Amino acid sequence: MKKQITISVNGEKHTLEVEPRELLVHVIREKLRLTGTHIGCDTTSCGACTVLLNGKSIKSCTVLAIQADGKEVSTVEGLATAEGLHPLQEGFKENHGLHCGFCTPGMLMRAVELLEHNDNPTEEEIRWGIAGNLCRCTGYNNIVKAIQYASAKMRGEETPSTEPEFV
Amino acid sequence: MGHSLKRKEDARFIQGKGHYVDDIQLPGMLHMDIVRSPYAYAKIKSINAEEALKIPGVIAVVTGKDLEKYNLHWMPTLMSDTQMVLPTDTVMYQAQEVAAVIATDRYAARDGKEAVMVEYEPMKPVIDPYKSLDPDAPVLRTDKEGKKDNHIWHWEVGDKEATEKLFNEAEVVVKEQMHIPRIHVSSIETCGCVADYDKINNHLTMYMTTQAPHAIRTVIALVAGHVGLTEEKVRVVSPDIGGGFGGKVPVYPGYVIAIAVSFLVGKPVKWVEDRSENLQADSFARDYHITAEMAGTKDGKILGTRFKILADHGYTDAAANPSKFPTGMFSIGTGSYDYQTTFMEADAVYTNKPPGGVAYRCSFRVTEAVHAIERITDRFALEIGKDPAQLRMENFIKKEDFPWKSPTGWEYDSGDYHAGLKKAMEVVGYDELRKEQAEKRKRGELMGIGISTFTEIVGAGPSKDFDILGIKMFDSAEIRVHPTGKAIARFGTKSQGQGHETTYAQIIAEELGIPAEHIQVEEGDTDTAPYGLGTYASRSTPTAGAAAAVAARKLRDKARKIAAYLLEVSEDDLEWEPGKFFVKGAPEKSKTIQEIVFAAYTNHPQGMEAGFEATHYYDPPNLTFPSGAYICVVDVDKDTGEIKVRRFVAIDDCGNIINPMIVQGQVHGGLTQGIAPAMYEELVYDEDGNILNGTFMDYLVPTAVESPSWETGHTVTPSPHHPIGAKGVGESPTVGAPPAIANAIVDALAPYGITHLDIPITPYKVWKALREKGAN
Ligand code: FES
Ligand code: FES
Repeated sequence: MKKQITISVNGEKHTLEVEPRELLVHVIREKLRLTGTHIGCDTTSCGACTVLLNGKSIKSCTVLAIQADGKEVSTVEGLATAEGLHPLQEGFKENHGLHCGFCTPGMLMRAVELLEHNDNPTEEEIRWGIAGNLCRCTGYNNIVKAIQYASAKMRGEETPSTEPEFV
Repeated sequence: MGHSLKRKEDARFIQGKGHYVDDIQLPGMLHMDIVRSPYAYAKIKSINAEEALKIPGVIAVVTGKDLEKYNLHWMPTLMSDTQMVLPTDTVMYQAQEVAAVIATDRYAARDGKEAVMVEYEPMKPVIDPYKSLDPDAPVLRTDKEGKKDNHIWHWEVGDKEATEKLFNEAEVVVKEQMHIPRIHVSSIETCGCVADYDKINNHLTMYMTTQAPHAIRTVIALVAGHVGLTEEKVRVVSPDIGGGFGGKVPVYPGYVIAIAVSFLVGKPVKWVEDRSENLQADSFARDYHITAEMAGTKDGKILGTRFKILADHGYTDAAANPSKFPTGMFSIGTGSYDYQTTFMEADAVYTNKPPGGVAYRCSFRVTEAVHAIERITDRFALEIGKDPAQLRMENFIKKEDFPWKSPTGWEYDSGDYHAGLKKAMEVVGYDELRKEQAEKRKRGELMGIGISTFTEIVGAGPSKDFDILGIKMFDSAEIRVHPTGKAIARFGTKSQGQGHETTYAQIIAEELGIPAEHIQVEEGDTDTAPYGLGTYASRSTPTAGAAAAVAARKLRDKARKIAAYLLEVSEDDLEWEPGKFFVKGAPEKSKTIQEIVFAAYTNHPQGMEAGFEATHYYDPPNLTFPSGAYICVVDVDKDTGEIKVRRFVAIDDCGNIINPMIVQGQVHGGLTQGIAPAMYEELVYDEDGNILNGTFMDYLVPTAVESPSWETGHTVTPSPHHPIGAKGVGESPTVGAPPAIANAIVDALAPYGITHLDIPITPYKVWKALREKGAN
């Protein structure tokens, strides 16, 4: 009953045999061994599995691999380039936007799409924009800062201070 | 010290190169899934695996009867109670493990799980902990010979008679009944393991999500030593952990079954629970019913407190407390206030709910204690009509009175509570807010200001009092400096996101003058790291952090000897500045730490041991007592009950700060885990023991939208006994935030005569309380 699919992941084409019910997240993690995409729930609630499918952020735990046939998938592993880290990756590191790192790849991929639609989001817009991604560690303040940092950098403006506002 | 060094560990996490348990894929690895009980209390009449075994890929179904043959169907809990690995005849809570399906891939394992047929005979469960003590309640633990009721233990501390007398004679007595709800740590990574038993070498490697790998190795050896898995044959590896918060301290049945199966079939077995299993079956936290009372004078002097607790432990006492302390550190509940009369007592009971009582970002029941004292203090202020900030200022233990002996026997090491609250009031603009509130009240609008000024107790702990299953709660550091002056340091703790790779490197850098970038920190592999009891209860900095400082100082002593030899002067003629020794009065004559280390391998003084490494096991002389002053401002919508947290200011005092960025990050995260039980989270059961919100769809972990923009700050009162004056911070915000929020909401509702609401305080609870008090 297996079905052949072809997906392009981070620009590389893969032809794979999958079961029709196989989830995209399992194919990414277990067949392609790109383990940066995580699984945090079974109800499409946490966003740890967020990747881009044809440029749109989706929860890969709720998409069948066969639905991705012929499409382009981007995961956290494809964010950095030969030139260096993606501004979002840099933003997260510079602003302490992560603790355990488990939610981070999903947050990053969600934020990529967020900034594509809105290159200068307000704090409120960022908070609503990442509301589908849970983080249990950071309390979100620094994730917001990290995304603001990246958005400034991507607009070619000076990045805000990364010093903690710890009076 | 005091430098916001960016984290060394981040490079891998932001590029998808973290290495978590579920990322492990070994050749020939089998997958395990677990059949769970739909009933809270039932006899198992039969388990039929026939259909399951027909599914391609399913290779075995393991039941309690199978484990019984090896005497592995029960295991000890950390509190010396017993817990089923798999049941042989009775299930005690909904979602309890009933059988395990082993298959060649995860889909087949899940199919197998659906196909196992279990016949149950449901019984009437005991859900309400108060009813569990009724004389006609069924005795749940019939496995315990002679057990005639559901009572587990009684605990008390303080002076009962003096407290009674005080309460009988006091001018003012206030009392509230509180429930600190059953909640769940909900780290975004669930629990799991890969058990890899190598038959030929009789060796087990256990990759697992554990905060305490060394303790786990010892437990495995104690439980499975009789089948040949003695301690030198067991290696526990805790790779990157996706959040722990206390939930990854216990040993869950899934781990034991995976080990047993791997041992029997000689292949690696992976078990990773899904989120719903994690919420429904893994250890809960809190669930204390507390009657809190405070006695005082009409003009606002606190004279005494009394707390009576009923602790719902589920069907076994699987809490994670140090052995001597069944209620953990609840006795810190006299708080930050200067009085000497208290009495506290607790009774624990069995019910048909999952076991647990883990120290969720909390030094063992401190959260419960702080909620009780901070809520009842506000209640007292309300009763006598005094401003709650003023009342606290008048009752705080004074800075000069430290070290301070608490009426329950603790010696608070240091603190400056007045400074903390003063700063919090300034930052939030307290006086202005009170004015605004008065005006709003005139207009009938609801606004509340809530304070929590808590004292924490962390860093368990001194060996004279602290052990888990007999193992003393020290922790350790081992530092090896290579010939070129670069180091590797290993620890008995295990980070789950706290940033140990950075902060430990900073501590060593500070003491030894080697740049933090040149110090690689490793934890979590019992084959290489020195023994320690792990990371929880904010103990890493107080114990392993201290061990790092002491081990580094041992190395500095050795460095001084080598420097004296190299410079041909006596040791007393040398002075240290970070990174080098120089001759007093002749600073041009010096040796850098790198030169000294190189000499330790190439030209060490005769008679001295070569090499440059040191280990230290740090047994703290006392606990540390961080504190905080938190102020929360809320606006409540009278018509809908909706609560908006407008401001939240948190001023923490965790002693000397190693990395302000990381401390602040810990505070942010802890505050969000504080607002969670205050307003959103609670595991709810119906009277049949069905969990009503056992998934992330309805167990409400706050998102970035619910989480306010936190305002943080600090005061510094160093710990006098810690080698670098640090105190630990991870749990302070989780402990301190809920009462600040609850106090703010109750303050908003005070005009309606509302004096208390149990957390989580939801819009519906507020709306209902307002309606009951006549709002329309
Ligand atoms: S794993 Fe939680 S949303 Fe996909
Ligand atoms: S960093 Fe741990 S869940 Fe977000």
